[in-house]
Amino acid sequence: MDHFSFNLGKPRHEMTDRRNIFQVDIKPRSESSTDPITRTQRPIVTGTSVIALKYQDGVMLAADNLASYGSLARFKDVERLYPVGEFTVIGASGDISDFQYTKHLLDAEMVKEYYINDGHVLGAPHIYEYLSRVMYNRRSQINPLWNAYVVGGYHNGEGFLGYVDLLGTTYKSSSIATGFGAYLAQPILRKVVEGHENTLSEEEAINAIETCMKVLFYRDARSLNKFQRAKITAQGVEITQPYSVDTEWSFAEGQ
Amino acid sequence: MAVEFQGGVVIGADSRTTIGSYISNRVTDKLTPVHDQIYCCRSGSAADTQFIADLVRYYLQIVQHNEPPSVQTAAALFQELCYQNKDYLLAGIIVAGWDKHNGGTIYNIPIGGSLHRQPFTIGGSGSSFIYGYCDANFKKNMSQNEAVEFVKNAVTLAMSRDGSSGGCVRISIITEDGIERLFFPGNDLP
Repeated sequence: MDHFSFNLGKPRHEMTDRRNIFQVDIKPRSESSTDPITRTQRPIVTGTSVIALKYQDGVMLAADNLASYGSLARFKDVERLYPVGEFTVIGASGDISDFQYTKHLLDAEMVKEYYINDGHVLGAPHIYEYLSRVMYNRRSQINPLWNAYVVGGYHNGEGFLGYVDLLGTTYKSSSIATGFGAYLAQPILRKVVEGHENTLSEEEAINAIETCMKVLFYRDARSLNKFQRAKITAQGVEITQPYSVDTEWSFAEGQ
Repeated sequence: MAVEFQGGVVIGADSRTTIGSYISNRVTDKLTPVHDQIYCCRSGSAADTQFIADLVRYYLQIVQHNEPPSVQTAAALFQELCYQNKDYLLAGIIVAGWDKHNGGTIYNIPIGGSLHRQPFTIGGSGSSFIYGYCDANFKKNMSQNEAVEFVKNAVTLAMSRDGSSGGCVRISIITEDGIERLFFPGNDLP
C-alpha cells in the first residue's frame, strides 16, 4: 500500500530509499535554458477529507479546520468550506495555496457575471462546470491545481452535489468524500443515503456526518477534531461555527 | 517568528546563514524592512527571500497612495510572488507590521505560497523544535515586555536545538510610534 500522502495523482515511483521512508525523486531537467521548466508540483500545505451528502431539504458538507505541513498539524483554524454566491458551497482538500487561488478565481467569476447584469447568477451546476474546465485545463498543461473539490448547492428546486479533482475527473452522486474519506466515510454515507435522499431528515444527515467525522478523526493521522458543517437548502447557505465530536477512549484502559 | 501584542507586533529571528553545514554569516539580519512600519522575517533560501523582499519594497515605494500601505497589502504582494513562482522558489516569509486601520498584524506565507493571518507565528527550520513551547506559552494581548520575553526565549530555545539556527537574537518592535530594534548577543542569552 502506498503510504506517501504526496503521491495522490502523481505517476507512481518505485524508487525509495532502503528503508521505505523517503522517496527518491528524479526531476527532469529541460535542455533549453530559455524555456521555463513547467512540471507537476507537489502539495505543501494541505487539507484532508471533505465529506458531503444529499438529504431531503438539500445537501450537507463537512470538512475539518486543519491545514497540514507534511505530518505537522500547522494551521488549525483554516476554513475549507467556502460559500460561492447564495446557494453554493465548495469544500476543498489538497493544496491550500491552490485553494486560495481557486477562491480568488471563483470570486472574480461571480463578479464578472454580476456585471453582465442579466439577472442570471451562477448556481452550483455552473460553478461545477467552470471548476471542471479549469482543473482539466491545468492538468493538460501538466501544472495542476492540486486539489479535490466538492461542489454542493441548491438549484432548480433540488440539491446538487459534484466532485472535481486535480486530474479534471468529475462526477455527481448523492454522497461524496475526498481523501481518506473516500475509503472510510463513503461506505457509511452510502449506507445512510442511497435510495433515501428524499426521505432523509436533517437530523439523520447530521448524524451521518458526525459519525463520519468521528471515524476520520480516529483513523486519519492528518485530521483534527474541529470541523464545520455546511447546509444548503432552498433558504440558502448556513455554515456552522467550528465544533468537535465526542470520542471514546475509556475502553482502552486496562488493556 | 512574530507575535501580536497590545499596541503592535514583536518580531524576532536568529542570525545564522548556512551553506550546508558551513556558517557563511553568523550575524545575519533576517528582519528586513519593506516599508516604514512593515517588516518581513525571511527563511529558506537567502537569495530567493532577499530578492522577493527587494521587489516588494520596490512595489510599495512606486505605488503611493494618500496613506502608508497596509500590512495586508504587503502580504498580498509577497503571496503573489511566492505562489506564482512556487516551482522556482524556496521561501518561507512572515510579514508583520503596524497600520492605522488594523493595528499590529501578522501574516505567514509558507513554502507553497498560501497566506495565513495569525495572532502569532513561527517559521524556519528551528521552528519545529518550539511548537510545543509556543503553543503552551502564548497568550493574547500580552504587554510589550511580555511579548519581547516570549520571542527572545522561543528563539533562544530553537537556536539551542537546531543546528541551522544560532548566533544572536535580533528583535524588532513595531508600533504606532515606529520601530525599535533590539539586539541580544549570542553570549548573553537565557
